[in-house]
Amino acid sequence: MEKLSFSKEELERYSRHLIIPEFNIEGQKKLKAAKVLVVGSGGLGSPLLLYLTAAGVGTIGIVDFDVVDSSNLQRQVLFGEENVGEAKVDAAKKRLSALNPHIKIITYNTHLNSQNALDIIKDYDVVADGTDNFPTRYLVNDACVLLDKVNVYASIFRFEGQASVFNQLQEDGTRGPNYRDLFPSPPPPGLVPSCAEGGVIGVLPGILGSIQANEVIKVISGVGETLSGRLFLFDAASFETRTLKVQKSPTNPLNGENPSQTELIDYQQFCGVGIEEDVALSENVVKPISVEAFLELKQSGEDYQLIDVREAFEFEIAEMGGELIPLATIAQNADRISKDKKVIIHCKAGKRSADAIKTLQSTYGFTNLYNLEGGILAWAEKADNARARY
Amino acid sequence: MARIIIPTPLRKFTSNQAKFETEGKTVSEAILALTTSYGNLKQHLVDDEGKLRSFVRVYLGDEDINVLQKEATPIEKDSIISIIPAIAGGIA
Repeated sequence: MEKLSFSKEELERYSRHLIIPEFNIEGQKKLKAAKVLVVGSGGLGSPLLLYLTAAGVGTIGIVDFDVVDSSNLQRQVLFGEENVGEAKVDAAKKRLSALNPHIKIITYNTHLNSQNALDIIKDYDVVADGTDNFPTRYLVNDACVLLDKVNVYASIFRFEGQASVFNQLQEDGTRGPNYRDLFPSPPPPGLVPSCAEGGVIGVLPGILGSIQANEVIKVISGVGETLSGRLFLFDAASFETRTLKVQKSPTNPLNGENPSQTELIDYQQFCGVGIEEDVALSENVVKPISVEAFLELKQSGEDYQLIDVREAFEFEIAEMGGELIPLATIAQNADRISKDKKVIIHCKAGKRSADAIKTLQSTYGFTNLYNLEGGILAWAEKADNARARY
Repeated sequence: MARIIIPTPLRKFTSNQAKFETEGKTVSEAILALTTSYGNLKQHLVDDEGKLRSFVRVYLGDEDINVLQKEATPIEKDSIISIIPAIAGGIA
């Protein structure tokens, strides 16, 4: 740490940090020496990466497998129109290197998974989790606990955000609570909103990702009190904030009283469809129809009915001529659905229409229902380029 | 009356209501009143025996009810009960 020095350009660049009495050049040295891994360079990752780079964190790793899509630009302020189609890690590295040339940026253009997570994370001091799905949340958490790394967490949904600091070393030498203390198991898939049921107000990841960046800087510099042992909640719609206490759980499988897990597991399976639902599925099979087969059906002149089980606001964005019956109202509208001719049911990508078909088959005895594979997204891609993909 | 704050992912079961007022005297009574008013919410909060599910955290003020008296935790007229959901991200 003592050997670290700053050039004149760096001293000038970081001067607003250096003149904070409790932060000063010692805090800045800690930032320069630190290695932070940001998992996900999307809504949360954008402000995180911009602020950590601007702040002078010496080494920043970025994990992302995705390419920039135009629907990202509503919130992922790291990217611009010119980056659409480009690998996120490449676009991010260009932008961040231009922002601060004194930072070393390391990119991993891959999915973080049980095979590579320990290997990637082991070289870093702090991990900031900006992912968007439960399997990766548990993966990042478990890898951090197994490797004794701090996990700075934030998560968002529509207008609601959460943030915390997990697994931070405490004064008594033990580690603070982690994600599994807060949520021992993920909610069943039925409760997790799928595709267009989700959504997020674009500014919210900006707010939560900035809070995350601030916590990362506090963890590294030792200045202030982090969110370790606390969960911050923010509702951007009502502007209500709450800060709750997070306790360590004696039943935590990683580091509770009787730890049972010493390595990473299959997180898709851990968070995925339960056995009970698998059995139900096998007895209640959803028949698929491809976009190509549906096109043939349209051209054949055979009578059919097309049902759209999305929400009205999605119908406004793009539709393909179906009758709108949102999934939540499908049961009460079962009498509007033909039992004689072929009925094609679609949603955005195929998940909600499959749920609708299962309900209609199990409760109302339909046998003539077909799920449009890939939903209206696949239709727009393969058959109708004029439809907006959202 | 005590107030329960409903998190966004569960509002699809509460006609989009973010808050629920209850006369219940314990957390258990408050949750029962909530799930009686909104039947579809029940299976997402409690099991067949009425016990809270493991993926649901319930707080009284800023304390996890698990470190208080769990479902039997008494509540006051001005209590704020928070149901804390696991949320993963905006694109899930």
